[in-house]
Amino acid sequence: MRDHIVKAYDQELQSLDKKVAQMGGLVERLLAQAFDAMEKRDPQLAEAASASDAAVDAPERELQEQAILMIAKRQPLAHDLRQVMTALKIAGDLERTGDLAKNIAKRALAVSGENHPKSLMTGLKHMVELALSQLKDVLDGYAERDAEKAVAVWRRDERIDAMYNSLFRELLTYMMEDPRNIGVCTHLLFAAKNIERIGDHTTNIAENIHYLVHGMPLADDRPKSDDTATTLIRKE
Amino acid sequence: MPHSIQELWLRLSDGFETSLARVSARRNELLYVLALLLLLVVAGGLSMRAAVVALAASAAAAAMWPSAGSDDVYRSGVEAADAGMANRLWRAVIDAIPEPAFALDHDGNLLHANRMAEEQFNPRRTRSTHIASFIRDPELLTAVEEALETRQGNTVELHTRVPVERRLLATAAPLEGVRTPGVPALLITFRDLTEQDRLTRMRADFIANASHELRTPLASLKGYVETLQGNAKNDPAARDRFLKTMAEQAERMSRLVGDLLSLSRVEMREYLRPTDRVELGPILSEVAHTLEPLSKQANVKLTLACPEAEAIVLGDRDELIQVFQNLVQNAIKYGRTGGKVDVRLTRENTAPLRYRVDVQDDGQGIAPQHLPRLTERFYRVSTAASRERGGTGLGLAIVKHIVNRHRGELRISSTLGEGSTFTVVLAGAD
Repeated sequence: MRDHIVKAYDQELQSLDKKVAQMGGLVERLLAQAFDAMEKRDPQLAEAASASDAAVDAPERELQEQAILMIAKRQPLAHDLRQVMTALKIAGDLERTGDLAKNIAKRALAVSGENHPKSLMTGLKHMVELALSQLKDVLDGYAERDAEKAVAVWRRDERIDAMYNSLFRELLTYMMEDPRNIGVCTHLLFAAKNIERIGDHTTNIAENIHYLVHGMPLADDRPKSDDTATTLIRKE
Repeated sequence: MPHSIQELWLRLSDGFETSLARVSARRNELLYVLALLLLLVVAGGLSMRAAVVALAASAAAAAMWPSAGSDDVYRSGVEAADAGMANRLWRAVIDAIPEPAFALDHDGNLLHANRMAEEQFNPRRTRSTHIASFIRDPELLTAVEEALETRQGNTVELHTRVPVERRLLATAAPLEGVRTPGVPALLITFRDLTEQDRLTRMRADFIANASHELRTPLASLKGYVETLQGNAKNDPAARDRFLKTMAEQAERMSRLVGDLLSLSRVEMREYLRPTDRVELGPILSEVAHTLEPLSKQANVKLTLACPEAEAIVLGDRDELIQVFQNLVQNAIKYGRTGGKVDVRLTRENTAPLRYRVDVQDDGQGIAPQHLPRLTERFYRVSTAASRERGGTGLGLAIVKHIVNRHRGELRISSTLGEGSTFTVVLAGAD
């Protein structure tokens, strides 16, 4: 990319990237902490995680202000305009991701006194790891302006969906086996749903990166395999 | 960073500022002082090993340094040469640190990273040079900002989970108060705590898993022993039957212990990517050869197709053998009697170069809700079927961890009634 004659303009564009990276780092840590709190049944960690969501909002606000100022002052065109717009949109997705992770932390607090089945935790852990690696790849893809990496993330979201299907079935089976499980399992089910939503936000970010690099939207339909909306599980 | 080093640094930097005022004309001396300061901070902040290296480097630096420093007359040409030398010198010092290390300027932009830091964080891949473009950890970013503002050193812990779990201790040490582009303002060094964590965790995990999974076969062994001591004492037919079951249970326990041990071993080293160059073809032939008797016994036709000559990857030969052995063994065990198992080595049509090995069976297949979870330890589609075939519930977990260690990819696809395909994709070595 060629530099601008006004050097401050380049610095402003770079500062957008820096803020996106900052937010990304915070969200990555928040999600990991929220799950750790759930797995270890650690109420303190859960509270620390839900409190750190506020830290995500600060860079988002700064980024919004800066982007608006840049549009007003520099009137960016073409690639520059796409940079400002995608940074704004990615920040929005990251902010939502932070909220969903915070919700997991809150649920971790609610179930911290209960026993949960080990195999469910293993499943949820697997799902969080998938989501974290999607988040990492998409944020790396943004920093590197690597559309291929982003598209790979976009395609891989199917795996999180498949994991969610499997957990959905297993959780419902547990609830049917013993109604005393329903309390804990409902929280775990929503936690799993949150992670599935986080996966969707990473695909949004991936689409934005594709648009930023190539200047046109991703054309294909994303492979989807979340069928929980159309599934009814009956007690056998 | 310990307090003594902080104090040492403060004292040194005071002295440094005085000398800065005094010898501002003598640029080369100033840079020499800077290089020495760098050495001291580095030596203080790191291990003894680092101290020795740093001292050796400083001795070398003293020897290399031109003795013209005492002369009062400087020509600009000499000055430029000295600046270039100082520039090379502080870079050399960072290169000599036996841990990942890099230097940032006063804005947080990367100036130089040593080879270990390059390997770990790959900072050159991004467009921007700012540290946030290659390390997003919020604690480290805050520490960097604070260290640049307050000129106080700071140590924070970094915890990454994907692709492999790592824990690092990062130290941000301020170097230079002058806000000049191109002059190092902050030195960041890392210490890897992953290995020591893993040792502790591995022990705990091993004991938890072993005691949980061994309990069932042990209980049944005990039951049989009690029956043999009591009711079945004088019943030769029952005795034979019981002894046979007991031998099977003992066999299962020893397989389980073996698998748990190899899983722990792989997990221990998962963060160290293998560096040997190995060829996939011969590995697959060896696996096929070893499993030939098993496939004959199960009446399964095992075929191997390796059209890729010289498919070289960076890998651990023994571990890769284990990966393909487990996959082919599973395919034979869970495939159709009288069916077939195909092993294929091909090249993927993507850049960079990647090789894929498919292990395909025509057995009854696996229901989609189980697919994403097959690699979890002790996850079984059917506990009974797995026990019957001598499964430990760890085979695919071992495969996944080995493939992870190779930074490869494991894909599983299956259609009920038609069979399953397990695919391992590995990056080709150039």
